[in-house]
Amino acid sequence: MVAPAKLRVVRCGGGNHHGARAVFSADSYLLCASGDFVKVYSVATEETLRLIGGHADRVTGIQLNPHNHMQLYSSSLDGTIKLWDFMDGIAIKTFTVGSVLVALYAPPSFEDSVFVVTAKNGNRDPFQLISVKLTKAAGQVVEAKELSVVLSGVDSSPKCIAFGREGEYVVSVKQFDLNIYFFRKKLAQRFSLRPSKVIDGSNQFSCVACHPTEDCIATGHSNGKIRIWRNFHHKKEYTYSTLHWHHDIVRDLAYSVEGTYLLSGGIEAVLVVWPNESDRQKDFLPRLGSPIEHISMAADGSQCCTLHTDNRITIIDSNLRFSKSIQGLIKSPNIKTGLVVDPRTKALVLNGEPGHLQFYCLQTDQQLFSLDIVQREYIHQAGLHQADLVKVAFGAQGKWLATVEEREEVTDPELQLKLWFFNEETQSFKLNTRINTPHEDHITDMCFREVEELEDDSLILVTTGKDRVFKVWLMVEDTDPEAQQRVSWSCDFVGSYHNYQATNCCFSEDGSLLAVSFEETVTVWDSVTWDLKCTFCYPPGKIRNMCFGRLTCSKYLIGSTDCGFLCCWNLLSCALEWSAHINVLVLQPDPLSEYIAAVSWLPEESSLFVFKPNETQPVYIQRNLCRLKIQLAAFVPRDEPEMVSSEKYLWLRRSQLFFLTETQELMTLSTKSLEERLTLSSKQLAVEESLPVTPFSLLLGKHRRHQSQEDTDLGKRVVQKQHEQESPAVKEVGSNYTHYKAMTDKSFHEASGLSLQLLHTPAHVLPSASFLCTIFINSLLISKENKSAEEVVADEVEMESEQAEDDSEEERDVAEVEQDDPSPVESLGELPCKLSKSQERELRKIRKMDYSWIAAF
Amino acid sequence: MATYKPVVVQGFLKLGERITQDTVYWRGYKTPVQIKEFGAVNKIDFSPVSPYNYAVTASSRIHIYGRYSQEPIKTFSRFKDAAYCATYRDDGNLLVAGSEEGSIRLFDVSGRAPLRQFDGHTKPVHVVGFLSDMYRIFSAGDDYASSLWDIPSGTEIISYNEHTDYVRCGCPSKVNADVFITGSYDHTVKLFDTRMKSSVMTIEHGQPVESVLLFPSGGLLVSAGGRYVKVWDVLKGGQLLVSLKNHHKTVTCLCLNSSGQRLLSGSLDRHVKIYSTTSYKVVHSFNYATSILSLALSPEDETIVVGMTNGVLNVKHRKPEVRKEKSVKKRQPAYRTYVKGRTYMPKQEDFCVSKPVKRVLRKYDKLLKSFQSSKALDAVLEPPIRLYTPEVTVAVMQELHRRGTLRSALAGRDEKQINLLLTFVARRVIDPRFTSTLVTVADIITDIYQPVVGQSAVVDRQFLKLQKAIGKEIDYQEELLEVLGMMDTLFATFTRKRATYLEESKSNGLGETIETSMDN
Repeated sequence: MVAPAKLRVVRCGGGNHHGARAVFSADSYLLCASGDFVKVYSVATEETLRLIGGHADRVTGIQLNPHNHMQLYSSSLDGTIKLWDFMDGIAIKTFTVGSVLVALYAPPSFEDSVFVVTAKNGNRDPFQLISVKLTKAAGQVVEAKELSVVLSGVDSSPKCIAFGREGEYVVSVKQFDLNIYFFRKKLAQRFSLRPSKVIDGSNQFSCVACHPTEDCIATGHSNGKIRIWRNFHHKKEYTYSTLHWHHDIVRDLAYSVEGTYLLSGGIEAVLVVWPNESDRQKDFLPRLGSPIEHISMAADGSQCCTLHTDNRITIIDSNLRFSKSIQGLIKSPNIKTGLVVDPRTKALVLNGEPGHLQFYCLQTDQQLFSLDIVQREYIHQAGLHQADLVKVAFGAQGKWLATVEEREEVTDPELQLKLWFFNEETQSFKLNTRINTPHEDHITDMCFREVEELEDDSLILVTTGKDRVFKVWLMVEDTDPEAQQRVSWSCDFVGSYHNYQATNCCFSEDGSLLAVSFEETVTVWDSVTWDLKCTFCYPPGKIRNMCFGRLTCSKYLIGSTDCGFLCCWNLLSCALEWSAHINVLVLQPDPLSEYIAAVSWLPEESSLFVFKPNETQPVYIQRNLCRLKIQLAAFVPRDEPEMVSSEKYLWLRRSQLFFLTETQELMTLSTKSLEERLTLSSKQLAVEESLPVTPFSLLLGKHRRHQSQEDTDLGKRVVQKQHEQESPAVKEVGSNYTHYKAMTDKSFHEASGLSLQLLHTPAHVLPSASFLCTIFINSLLISKENKSAEEVVADEVEMESEQAEDDSEEERDVAEVEQDDPSPVESLGELPCKLSKSQERELRKIRKMDYSWIAAF
Repeated sequence: MATYKPVVVQGFLKLGERITQDTVYWRGYKTPVQIKEFGAVNKIDFSPVSPYNYAVTASSRIHIYGRYSQEPIKTFSRFKDAAYCATYRDDGNLLVAGSEEGSIRLFDVSGRAPLRQFDGHTKPVHVVGFLSDMYRIFSAGDDYASSLWDIPSGTEIISYNEHTDYVRCGCPSKVNADVFITGSYDHTVKLFDTRMKSSVMTIEHGQPVESVLLFPSGGLLVSAGGRYVKVWDVLKGGQLLVSLKNHHKTVTCLCLNSSGQRLLSGSLDRHVKIYSTTSYKVVHSFNYATSILSLALSPEDETIVVGMTNGVLNVKHRKPEVRKEKSVKKRQPAYRTYVKGRTYMPKQEDFCVSKPVKRVLRKYDKLLKSFQSSKALDAVLEPPIRLYTPEVTVAVMQELHRRGTLRSALAGRDEKQINLLLTFVARRVIDPRFTSTLVTVADIITDIYQPVVGQSAVVDRQFLKLQKAIGKEIDYQEELLEVLGMMDTLFATFTRKRATYLEESKSNGLGETIETSMDN
């Protein structure tokens, strides 16, 4: 490919699942399996330090090497066990097992073997626990040959197997059976529960944990009970006691390091502490935000952490006090608000935890803050209809926020429209007006009239509803001096069109026209007199998305129908300008330029089209953007225009395009090549400041620490100043962010730091000179790319971005059109002559695909 | 870390009139005392001196009432036919009254027989009054004449024949003993100076003048006639200052309050309106049973007396000022306990541990926090909450419904509790703020307790009551819809503008509950 830089699809957050319990390392890092990666978090600063990637499939288990606490074992669905040096993110060894691995255990009492759960090909009891002997053979990739089956017929969940005191026995639970295998006696015991016939759920096992010092097993059950088993060495004499607090399934259990108390968690989002396995004196940590999936304890017992279903990690003190929360893009069961960009902080705004609005910072992959919209106690219980946020809109450069929340009811939905005003003093949104039942039925769309020149009092909000009307809300000033607040909102106008459901609304750029779509018809209204000006429609399909053109294209109105057509109407001539046969799911105009992005969906692939409404040719096409359905997209304005190498990517100059897929993975398009981004990670090889303090380091490091502290302080101050200008609302995570920035900005000082470190380290500990050479030389150069460091924390993967030519429906359409439309061939003549032949061929290929756009003529 | 969020109780803005200082002041009267007179009350006049007795002229009698007396303390009944306009002199010793037969009589308040009788009017005399020098009387009557009489000699000083119709009202100036005004059915108000041979000013009111009034300063003149109350600037030569049209029937009487800040007008439309004399806006209004003919306010606004066409005298006394007894002061901790530790200023190296703020939860919130639905419902059904803040009760019910535990909270209650619940529901279900929730509650109650209907007479009665309340509400809503339909038709015929107007009127009919949050 001769083209200078190709657009790459880069994953930048969200979407990952925690596949296994998190692991605390000895030096206060938290290791966590996340999708295909293992993430290393700093417990102190809550930030992602490193992303360890190398597995080809989901990581299913991680365990520290019991004999070397700087090493980590990880297992994956791709059938390999990898040994990592997680400080440097280097894979030391790979053991291939062959079949799919779903869990990994590394009990310390076994010298050189680990245990994995693998899938067998057989139909019954497909999963078995096997022990894998890790050979010391040389080479990066080693095939693990010495496998021995310990237990067969185990559950696939990693929480269903636990190793007992000093590895003497292993316990596995499956459905109604509890199996214990004693390694020394080579004896297996089986205890079966009688399936309970009571109404409150079955008593199946859901998880198991073993006491670290005594012969005692705790099992969790689907009906919320916890059983403590003792004396299980003998089939007849075993005893058990029951603890019951959870009302639903017990998701995970964990013993404290000394075994003095037991932790349990479930869907209620409450962490329960049972001291001495007794029902009394139990302690709770309620309202953790979302159901608990995994619980893990730190080896020194000072902390524990819970992983939640919405991708959040909560770190809890030993005295059961909430300490920290590590959260990226919070996964919400259903994103109804769409992707909205906060004009003030440039953060992405969408549904967060139930009833909250999350402000997600794209640069740091962290949540800026979470705004409680519903302001009601959320009850974690299946099958409850609770109020949730469905629509959100920003107005007047982020000064006003409108939210709609609804609660699904059998008869009629409970709706509330709330308007929030941004309070400069407290730097947060304050509720100004609450409107109960703004519409009789669900609200389908909402938008503010954005007018820059006019005063505040001309703010207008439009809502459309399924009750077949659209309503115009106006800010009114209260003249009464005794009133508590100066302004409030009230309904000004109610419009309808032939009793059709109103589906979308949007204002033109200058705010003079309002377009409201009523099923198949788009109506255009004068925003001063509220007179119906004209209507457009493109018969068979209902309008799915709609937007006005901007800047030079402000005379066009673009709409997409659910029959798979994209149409452009001219507002001056009131006629259809062009239309194209594309099944557009998302239509997103760039707020800073006239470009409009449309994402189409054919089974198994999404494609991106970027076009200007006044040109019949799309500016950019990317087929096969991603295999998943893209739900939402948003243009996020860049702080400063980016230099774009190719004219083709001019549309990316002012803003960046982000997508959210079905699985809630956030993606973006980047013009930077892979190498540019990877250089960042080598920089992170900087000195780790948080190594445990030893007497030796105290002796030696005193002087050095003093020096480096000065440096960091300097960097911090500068950064903070910058940051205040950028986004005032970042208060909450500000400190982390600044710390982080300080680290990256400090790359300047690295030179001295790294060379010093090199010289101070004994030679026999250092890696080979050839490996260090480039790093050393790089460190001597003064870095100019401080800016690019912002893109950071990148869990980025290169996606397939080939322009695969599938024989899709669309493609066939194109072929038909090709024959009766010669115009594109003519346009080829206009091509700039300096193109090379291969480029020309490439272009021609692209042009071929565009014919569908002109089909309408 | 999230804490428990208390139940949101939605406050609702009270619609209707806004409570101002005026409404508080004018509402501060006790329930009225009604006294039956023999005929229509045409004049009420308060004695300007303590104890502020008042003379009531009705039919052929003049009754004098004490401040709190229900029975007249004195009666003048030496009239063959109707008496008119009994008025006190400024010292409260003399009383003058006109009569149907045309004579004017002067009484000593303590005596019985008239001291003087002035004859000269040929027709009934409707207006008499003392000039402010206290030695002269002016009068006017149906013979269109306005006359001036000397009390000591009992003779007529001068007579003006300028009006062309009945003269029905008049008023002396408080600042100038030579000036008085009369208002007549010839639509004019005339200002007379006794030193001149003819009237010095004529003001055209536009309607038959029923009542006139001069401000204590003498600069402003108020005339009432037809539906209008008009205020004129006398010093500017009778320029119209403001014209008030707040009654929908003839205004019959005017009155100023003691401070001169408020103007009261009574009308045949059964209302007394109170205007501010600075803005001339209505600040309050009273409602009476029948048409009002006369109105008087005692000094210090202690009593409002209103006379009506059916002869009923309506007396309102001001409530005594409730002086709030300061409750016995709660013993506060000793000063040295109070200041303990507060005087210490933390030094720079000190680590400050802030005391956690204790959040006080209401009882129902505590119970809801621990998921005790039934008890939470009990807590909000206690009398003070149920009776005075029903919105709290309904909010908790709604919260229980949201949690899906409303049914279990409502179930398993005994006769007394069901009775209580049903009383609450039947009373509040028609309130539009609560309807949606309480309909669900009523549904669930009927569902749960259906099998036991007929076992308790009390509960059955409550069910019937509920049924009746809902039936009534449905009828009412139907009527309202009819009215709305009629209005729509009217709008459609009258308005030239197209459909948009109609839609607007409809939206008003829906009556959105727009509520501005008060708590923030």
